[in-house]
Amino acid sequence: MVRFLFERDTWQEVYDSLTKNKLRTVLTMVGVWWGILLLIGLLGSARGLENSFNRLFGSFATNSVFVWAQSTSKPFKGFQEGRQVKLSISDAEKIEENVEGIEFVVPRSQSQALVVHDFLSGNFGVSGDYPLLDKVQKKKMMKGRFINQIDIEENRKVAVISEDIYKQLFKKDEEMLGEYIQLNGMNFKVVGMFETGNVNMGPRSDIHIPFTTFQQIYNMGEEIGWMMITGKPEYDIAQIESDAKLLLKNLNQIHPDDKRAFGGFNLGKEFAKVTGFLKGMQFLTWFVGIATLIAGVFAIGNILLITVKERTKEIGVRRALGATPFEIKRQIILEAVFITIIAGLMGIISGGLILMLLDSSFGLGSETEVLINASVSIAVVFIALIILVVLGTLIGLIPANKATSVKPIDALREE
Amino acid sequence: MLKINKLHKSYPIGDSSLHVLKGIDLSVESGEMVAIMGSSGSGKSTLLNIIGMLDEADEGEYVLDNVPIKNLTEKKAAIYRNKFLGFIFQSFNLINYKNALDNVALPLYYQGLKRKERIEKGLFHLEKVGLRDWADHLPNELSGGQKQRVAIARALAANPKLLLADEPTGALDTKTSHEIMEFIQSLNDEGKTILMVTHEEDIANMCKRIVRLKDGVIMEDTFVEQVRASQYV
Repeated sequence: MVRFLFERDTWQEVYDSLTKNKLRTVLTMVGVWWGILLLIGLLGSARGLENSFNRLFGSFATNSVFVWAQSTSKPFKGFQEGRQVKLSISDAEKIEENVEGIEFVVPRSQSQALVVHDFLSGNFGVSGDYPLLDKVQKKKMMKGRFINQIDIEENRKVAVISEDIYKQLFKKDEEMLGEYIQLNGMNFKVVGMFETGNVNMGPRSDIHIPFTTFQQIYNMGEEIGWMMITGKPEYDIAQIESDAKLLLKNLNQIHPDDKRAFGGFNLGKEFAKVTGFLKGMQFLTWFVGIATLIAGVFAIGNILLITVKERTKEIGVRRALGATPFEIKRQIILEAVFITIIAGLMGIISGGLILMLLDSSFGLGSETEVLINASVSIAVVFIALIILVVLGTLIGLIPANKATSVKPIDALREE
Repeated sequence: MLKINKLHKSYPIGDSSLHVLKGIDLSVESGEMVAIMGSSGSGKSTLLNIIGMLDEADEGEYVLDNVPIKNLTEKKAAIYRNKFLGFIFQSFNLINYKNALDNVALPLYYQGLKRKERIEKGLFHLEKVGLRDWADHLPNELSGGQKQRVAIARALAANPKLLLADEPTGALDTKTSHEIMEFIQSLNDEGKTILMVTHEEDIANMCKRIVRLKDGVIMEDTFVEQVRASQYV
């Protein structure tokens, strides 16, 4: 049984009958080739989209929530409704101490400022930040450093600027480290530049200065603009959000059912939505790909069936000459499997080429960067091929059985 | 060599059935050359198919070379066909995408012979039918007579005990028919047992014995003076 696979004659027979009818062979192969090509193209693109998404959000601690203060919507303990609520540093500290599952609480303040360098100027978002921000919202430093603890302690007038700002305020290739820029008339020394391009959650900030410096120059005192809370990976961020808000209401004399007093943006929840979307897309991809594959396999079966019909007489002759039904079936199945494998391999190769093409036009380094490293794992490809071969064999069985179910005498009579 | 006893065969046609063979008794000795004649519908082809194990009888005995042929599985029938029988068809039935040599060697392939041996034997038999130079030609590059000779070479390739020919000259003109018959006679001279179905009187007379069928029974079974085909060629 196995030996026949290594005999030249077996393959000669396969070769003869496949090359005899080129059109049918080609049509069959196109069916399978197209199926595999689509599967790989779709899976690869889905992966690419996922990769680019991860790149955008990968720098964020996704298990995080932003909380800011608004005004109350319910009267409580003698306070009127509509009271403006303010967050303070002590609120942040208490949350960090008391809420379960907290990883970091990062207070932030945010404002707009007129920024001037030499004769160039612009209005940009300025935020006061702790070094910790770098932990929850990774900054890709292109030059210099981010804000450090000494900046905080000494209320230093230093600034970390985005690449965008550099492009707008500095001449091309001009050195900016150690240079001074003016924020609302005050001189700040530039100590670092980070890469823009990542998705920015919350208000846009192009310039980061030390939190303490910010509080000082804007006379904020203990008040903070908003805070970013991240949970440990094993904790549910929605629970942390509601715990933290409840604590804040408690600390600020606000009705526990007041829904408007604190605003929140739950990044974890939003991220889950997008991940869900990606999952859905991946499922769709698989579904379409596999359906196409199955269609391809049926194409093989169909064409083999026609072929067998065409070859009824030949099969009859072969049987008259002493071919056993098993030998006939074996031959037909081998043809099916052979076609499937060859077309499948061609599909894999051209699918790979398509992914390379996608990568070069939409991948890293291209303008859009929407499909980063569009790829399919080898395992998936081989599983697809194996499924294809198994289905090809099963589908080959139908015409093979049909071929041998006809009596040789009837087959010979066929004109 | 071949012994048939009270053979019956009927085919279902719709709800009723057509009784084609109604008790055939026939025995053929080794080295005979028998023509089976009859008008169409007389059952001559059915008889040949049963002898050729392409079809099965409903009733009766059939013994070929002391082997009772009964309740054969498809596999066993295939092996017996390959070992005992050589077929020559009216429409040649060559495989059109294989060249003459590969066609001749096909039964040997199913016998499990090595390629080298098959080529050797195939060429030997092509030589015998005088077509060695045409070995790598496809059937559609050959004339009708040449095709039939290739088919005969193929029938001979497995060295069968019995040659079965179904109207071997039916698709050929008179001159080519005679050439083919001359060749078949020479095979018989060498000792091959030959059974052929024909409805042409002159072809039948080139055999040594004529069995006439009518409505599924043997009407007449006579030994005749063989007319040599060579005198017409």
